[in-house]
Amino acid sequence: MREDERALIDEFRRQLDEGMWAAVPTERPGSGRREAQMVRDYADIPPEAQRVIFFPRASGG
Amino acid sequence: MLALLITGLMAIVLAAFLLGSPTLARFRGRRKRRVENAPHAFDPGRERRAEQRARQLLRSCVNDVEWAMYRDLGFIRVDGQALPDSPLDEDAPPPYAYLIYPHKPLVAYVPESGRLLSEYCVEFPDLAGGGRTRLPASDDVLAKWMALTSDEARVIGRANMHLVGRQHDPGHVRRDIWRLSEWERLGAGGIGARAA
Repeated sequence: MREDERALIDEFRRQLDEGMWAAVPTERPGSGRREAQMVRDYADIPPEAQRVIFFPRASGG
Repeated sequence: MLALLITGLMAIVLAAFLLGSPTLARFRGRRKRRVENAPHAFDPGRERRAEQRARQLLRSCVNDVEWAMYRDLGFIRVDGQALPDSPLDEDAPPPYAYLIYPHKPLVAYVPESGRLLSEYCVEFPDLAGGGRTRLPASDDVLAKWMALTSDEARVIGRANMHLVGRQHDPGHVRRDIWRLSEWERLGAGGIGARAA
């Protein structure tokens, strides 16, 4: 279990080091409103999160 | 004279025969290296599969109304965050909102009046490579949706702001806002009342 978590942490850091942003899709209870929560550190990931989505950093177009 | 001409032609043919193979081989070698070094060729099937995967991911992240909006109208509206000096009231209409288009700038406008505010040029380059320089359309929409709903100030801070009209046709955007209001009035693509 600890090795699995270590692998997840390493992969999370690798993605951020490669220039990605990470966010967790969330839903506000009761309202049905969905939004994303940006996570900058592995410890920021909510424990109930099912997935983390990595996407490229925004830059001015 | 004729003998000289025939001799000359034979010499040319012989030279071509002798030089032909290695020359051709060198040419082929260069061509092969060019092909090997060339970026991945455009593959419509791969692009279509990538877009299908992106649509599935987008659908799993946004709510039913937003998904139906994108499916029916080709863009998604995201409400702006409450202004710093305004009271937080979730029932109040948002002071402004964004329209998210694939591979086009975000458009900020006032939902109550339909007044266009500005367009924000922002890009999410495809870092995965594979011959693509930009994300599939639905991945681009998802990236904008995630960035706006999670950290609006950061993504807007990185964008280049212009008056609407630099990349978007203002008439087209106004027509989209009208289409959106009609779409909501008619039941939001069968979803029912708009989710908060």
